[in-house]
Amino acid sequence: MQEGWYNMETLLNKPIPTSADGLSRVDGRAKVTGAAKYSAEYNQPNMAYAVLVGSTITKGTIATIDTKAALKAPGVLTLLTYLNAPKVPGHVATKPQKPGAKSGPLKIFYDNKILYNGHPIAMVVADTFERAQYAASLVKATYNKQAHDTKPPKDLSRGVGAWDGKDFTRGTVDAWKTAPVKLEQEYTHPSEIHNPMELHAIIARWDAPDKLTVWDKTQGVRATRGDIAKAFNLKAENVQVNSQFVGGAFGSALQVWPHEVAAILGAKVVKRPVKLVLSRPDMFTSVGYRPYTWQKIGIGATADGKLVGITHEAVGQTSSFEDFAEGPINTSKGLYVSPNVTTRYKLLSLDVNTPTWMRGPGEATGAFALESALDELSYALKMDPIDLRMKNYAKVDPDNGKEYSSKYLDEAYAMGAKQIGWDKRKADAGSVMENGWLAGYGMAGGMFGAYRDNTVAKAIMKADGTLTVQTAVSDIGPGTGTAMVLIAAKVMGIDPGKIKFDMGDSALPFAPMQGGSATTSAVGSAVNDACVVLKEKFQKLMGNGGTDKPDYVKILKDNNLTELETVTRSQPGPDNEKYSMQSWSVHFVKVLVHPATGVVKIDKVACVADSGKIISPKTARSQVVGGAIGGIGMALMEEGIIDHRYGRYVNNNFGDYHVPVNADIPQIDALFIDKPDPYINPIGAKGMGEIALIGMAAAVANAVYNATGKRVRDLPITPDKLI
Amino acid sequence: MPDKKPVTPTGGEEPSNATRRDFIKQTSLLTAVALTPGTVVEAATNNMDEQIAAALEKLPLKMEVNGTPRSLSVEPRSTLLDILREQLDLTGTKKGCDHGQCGACTVHVNGRRVNSCLTLGVMVNGKKVTTIEGLANGEELHPMQEAFLKHDGFQCGYCTPGQIMSAVACIREGHANSEAEIREYMSGNICRCGAYPNIVNAIQEVKAGGQAV
Repeated sequence: MQEGWYNMETLLNKPIPTSADGLSRVDGRAKVTGAAKYSAEYNQPNMAYAVLVGSTITKGTIATIDTKAALKAPGVLTLLTYLNAPKVPGHVATKPQKPGAKSGPLKIFYDNKILYNGHPIAMVVADTFERAQYAASLVKATYNKQAHDTKPPKDLSRGVGAWDGKDFTRGTVDAWKTAPVKLEQEYTHPSEIHNPMELHAIIARWDAPDKLTVWDKTQGVRATRGDIAKAFNLKAENVQVNSQFVGGAFGSALQVWPHEVAAILGAKVVKRPVKLVLSRPDMFTSVGYRPYTWQKIGIGATADGKLVGITHEAVGQTSSFEDFAEGPINTSKGLYVSPNVTTRYKLLSLDVNTPTWMRGPGEATGAFALESALDELSYALKMDPIDLRMKNYAKVDPDNGKEYSSKYLDEAYAMGAKQIGWDKRKADAGSVMENGWLAGYGMAGGMFGAYRDNTVAKAIMKADGTLTVQTAVSDIGPGTGTAMVLIAAKVMGIDPGKIKFDMGDSALPFAPMQGGSATTSAVGSAVNDACVVLKEKFQKLMGNGGTDKPDYVKILKDNNLTELETVTRSQPGPDNEKYSMQSWSVHFVKVLVHPATGVVKIDKVACVADSGKIISPKTARSQVVGGAIGGIGMALMEEGIIDHRYGRYVNNNFGDYHVPVNADIPQIDALFIDKPDPYINPIGAKGMGEIALIGMAAAVANAVYNATGKRVRDLPITPDKLI
Repeated sequence: MPDKKPVTPTGGEEPSNATRRDFIKQTSLLTAVALTPGTVVEAATNNMDEQIAAALEKLPLKMEVNGTPRSLSVEPRSTLLDILREQLDLTGTKKGCDHGQCGACTVHVNGRRVNSCLTLGVMVNGKKVTTIEGLANGEELHPMQEAFLKHDGFQCGYCTPGQIMSAVACIREGHANSEAEIREYMSGNICRCGAYPNIVNAIQEVKAGGQAV
């Protein structure tokens, strides 16, 4: 290992956070007692139940739908198909922008076209769930089948489809080919399905012909309000969206999906509140997924490890009717200093449902390829993988020349290396046996843009000394409420127990969607700013410039006030343009691989996040641990499998689509740089949700190579690929 | 829009194949005819044949839920999970897959953990059911709930009730003697947020604390 940069005694001797450190979740009691209510759990008087029926073919048109038996089944209130469903105002027939352009997001019950297997063709609404489900089983359709295509072609090297994003070049095109040490490899990862534990669900209730209330699983109550209002031609303020608790989403609830439109339609027809809960198989075809992506990396370096060039090509799967593009090639532009970078990104249209962002989105896909290639290069150079990364360490953003607002990735490498025991790693792959298992170490990192959006927060101090903070954010699990309470407590100088944080309600002041790792940065800044303004109001009432610790109760009483409030808007400033803002992570993994069976056991994990100031230590640690586990799933088991003869998922359930279970996961060390970013926002916090996962799959793959000498470039790394 | 006749709930002919349900409807009406012929017209107008058939399709279910005796009339096909969530409004028990593959619906039946989605309501007749709502002693949390809070054994919270019910059973069964054993016996409960290490820590703490669970 390189001398000189490892000497950071204080940092390296920081205690490792435990699961018991820090403030427990403010909504934790509701979650452990069953009091926390998710979208399907607001049962309404006289509520009816909806169940969707999906197509059993992959491409073609509906010839006939036999609904007689279903309509005769007990309790059925209505059965909607494209033939009788009321028109959705937002489903206007749009003329293609240009010849051959796609029709856009799926319009449910719009026409007789079948665009993928499982395309909703009917919805039964009945007075009980059981009756709706039974009646749905009686709906029979016949089809005019067309030949479908769900299988990506073997050779994607020339690219397919079209994408408006232009090829990117810095320096010379494909310069890696001129380097003394070089390699070119292809990497694939299959479609991965978010599969949050909570099934996507909505309860829709029309309060008046132009007024609607929904309890809906969404990562953004305001965005959902806007989309529903647009679809049904309603005033936004006449649509009330509630999403108090969200049982995970990982990106699957960033948009309004067809089933939500269907439930709202159903409620309109039966004039009763309607509940629609997707089934687990529905979750594979209704709410997006991380798309199958093929990648090719060409990378070259000088004999001493200086990068000469990187060429990163990617082809991502999308649907025949809607383009979904993400950023698998982004990381190659900026993670390392390379004078020459070429990227090419194309989309492959297949007869499948449309993908969407999934945690770490394209960057996680890209980091698997890039960080695997870096590892391969380190072996070709006979160089330590950390040394290779340090040799090409970027001190300013190679993509745009901007200074970083903060970057301590070098320290993160050192912390992680120490924690995993990197010095025990042998450079000879496949050379270490421990109790009959092959042992190996791997590392990989990642980066993700650190963002901050406009947010408005309201803060109210009441006569009893309690503070209520409100904004229309959702919390899909990271612990937003807890972080916000801690921010408010710090500014106001009061006990967190006296603070209540309201969210998940579209009537509250504007907050962006919980996505892109921007919530703590954006919403946290608004909470901070609102509390600063509120405190100043109190200090003003005190006169003489006030004190740093106002007695809020006394001031309210002295001024005959029952409460004092502020509504404050918080937004990014010029610094957010001036600097390159990124969060960084590095993951270290030790694996054991059974030589006879190819079973991979994750033995040790150490993750280090450089995400600025840590606001809420307990929930931050859990977020990093959870991201690492998501990455282990991506590396070792997750794969949506379609039988291409039929175009249909064959593993659309938790028995066959494997996600990590408790027995797959060891203790995971989550470490933090915990240094505030001075420019991104007033609280110094950068994003963490994405980087917790980005790079993890490559770290596992690299450890598997170190253990076995077998390089698996096609995820997931299942035992059959190792024996 | 293709040129087709709309399907309406009121349209359509009678299907040729009579079902068991049709039989129930006919026979119950026939009984009504035999007893009080004058009510037949009224019964038909009020859709009473439907109501009688629906009633005859249900079975009585008596169970004790969280210490409270419950007397219900349920369809034999209704799962304990759906009865808890939709009829008793005990929504702490979660539906994650409805196929016994995820553990989110775990409850205790006579003290043993079961997947309530794979348990028909009628199967627990006369038995004691404990859900997450019945675990705490009033305001005082169960030690496992306290430990989950302390060790952050969850993020989104959706799998949490099932995890906690399983965790309590895991100790009661004597399957919490090592970290490895806990992991194995907690692997029927999926947590997609990835709180597994924290869950293990919580269970170990409760086990080591020796409190009654």
